[in-house]
Amino acid sequence: MKILAIDSSGLTATVAVLENDQLLAEYTTNYKKTHSQTLVPMLDEIRKMTELDVSSIDAVAVAKGPGSFTGLRIGSATAKGIGLALDKPVIAISTLEALAMNVWGVDGLICPIMDARREQVYTGVYRFIDGKQETVKEACAIAVDELCALLDAMLDETVLFLGDGVPVYREQIDNKLKHSHSYAPPHMSRQRAGALAVLAAQYYKEAGLTGAGKINGCSIETAAEHKPEYLRMSQAERERSQKNVNKGNDS
Amino acid sequence: MIKTAKQRINNDIEINKDILILAIESSCDETAAAVVRNGRSVLSNIISSQIDLHTIYGGVVPEIASRKHIEKINQVIEQALKEADVALKDIDAIAVTYGPGLVGALLVGVAEAKAISFATGIPLIGVHHIEGHICANYIEHDDLEPPFMSLVVSGGHTHLVNVVDYGVYEILGRTRDDAAGEAFDKVARAIGLGYPGGPKIDKVSKEGDPEAIDFPRAKVRDGEYDFSFSGLKSAVLNYLNSEKMAGREISVPDVAASFQKAVTDVLVEHSMNAVREYGAEKFAIAGGVASNSALRKAMETACEQEGIKFYRPSPVFCTDNAAMIGVAGYYEYLKGNFAGLDLNAIPNLKLGDR
Repeated sequence: MKILAIDSSGLTATVAVLENDQLLAEYTTNYKKTHSQTLVPMLDEIRKMTELDVSSIDAVAVAKGPGSFTGLRIGSATAKGIGLALDKPVIAISTLEALAMNVWGVDGLICPIMDARREQVYTGVYRFIDGKQETVKEACAIAVDELCALLDAMLDETVLFLGDGVPVYREQIDNKLKHSHSYAPPHMSRQRAGALAVLAAQYYKEAGLTGAGKINGCSIETAAEHKPEYLRMSQAERERSQKNVNKGNDS
Repeated sequence: MIKTAKQRINNDIEINKDILILAIESSCDETAAAVVRNGRSVLSNIISSQIDLHTIYGGVVPEIASRKHIEKINQVIEQALKEADVALKDIDAIAVTYGPGLVGALLVGVAEAKAISFATGIPLIGVHHIEGHICANYIEHDDLEPPFMSLVVSGGHTHLVNVVDYGVYEILGRTRDDAAGEAFDKVARAIGLGYPGGPKIDKVSKEGDPEAIDFPRAKVRDGEYDFSFSGLKSAVLNYLNSEKMAGREISVPDVAASFQKAVTDVLVEHSMNAVREYGAEKFAIAGGVASNSALRKAMETACEQEGIKFYRPSPVFCTDNAAMIGVAGYYEYLKGNFAGLDLNAIPNLKLGDR
């Protein structure tokens, strides 16, 4: 089985090719160029490096969100375009689950945090039991203080943080969180398409066995139906529904 | 083995086969794809309009537009291929709008086109949206070839362009503030007609007197061919206000017709000045506002008076569509102007830049 994996949900652009138990290539950049300029050239680079016949892949895995709206769409449109061209399915993986996969096998709670602006983070809580990833808290957008309270209420006493929210909220976490905690080093702290591909391959196999289309935050979709999961409405929709709520309260 | 673009062209010319372009357009609120043969013949033209989604907001909301594009884009492309009865392997190049437009919206089409190009090796062509609008005229008019004068009027653009050759443009004038279509939207909102303003004003104007109110025809001091519509919009708002203060009832058809006449007069006057100055023998109108019946009629009459030939696309090719992008892409294909996989969306792309 061969999977092409793509993640452009945050500042990092990352792509990988996984064939069975081998990560054939992984290319990750975290630089100021836009994903629109880097992502497909990176795919083309690993294609050349590994002499990959793109039509031999079984599926395209993509980080479906949460993340930067535009970044998610660049990744999704890229996956959809490849899926359309080659008639292959898209394996949509939660950005946060893929991030947690970066630190496979650690004890305690794993908490990826992505800067979601508006004083919130996109986050979820995960742990590994017998090498298998489990979701403790589903993906959501919440304030860091709220996240700390939530973590402190959990029984595990260690938390490992990672993600691009760390540099923004590290001090606040240190001040608030009572549980002992640490932060992943740079090579594990940001999106890695290799981890995304491994997770996608696991789900793909499981779905093949059970016939299930959706397991945890993952789903196997046609390229046409795939779309990002933003976790948030657009600003215009939010303001409009807020206005309607206020109107409702007035009457 | 993937052939390079140049090899493909050489092969094509040798065997003199048809050139098929798959075109993708997502610069604003229409998700569109088309297949065009030899730059003139439209085999399919699929447009998924989002207008109903944006109507409640009184205009296009960029984030909502971008979200809808990603949901629709594959279906639209697949349908375009199906209706044209071709497969991707028959396609010679993929043309995509990369600007100007809403950046988030453009990025969906650009990323999709690049991914298809990456996965198949089909060469990629970046197309300028306004160039597409002008090229829409080639679809139904086999006799139209450059040079000619063209006016592009839409919700986002007002450009007076001297089309020197295929892909060679000289911009003579553009709007300094609002686009013509934008002025239509704003005035329509002020007189309670709602969004989108263009078709609504066009319709209600038919029952109004275009000479009822004398709205200003703005001149731009240092730009003979430039346009300005914000003054006209303010004049309409001031008129509505003063009538209200005086307790007089407003005739919506009269305001609409008079406003429309003021816009049309300026567009026609500048266009015909350019036709005379540059000795153009043909004139082609393009863009969403080119569907406006009063503008079409006035422009046609003016062209008759000048003794030059008037061209206009059918309404379906006036609004945003991908067929026009396929036509423009074909002429870039002939020149070998291909884009790399690093093609980016450029929201303020200038006509003639490459």
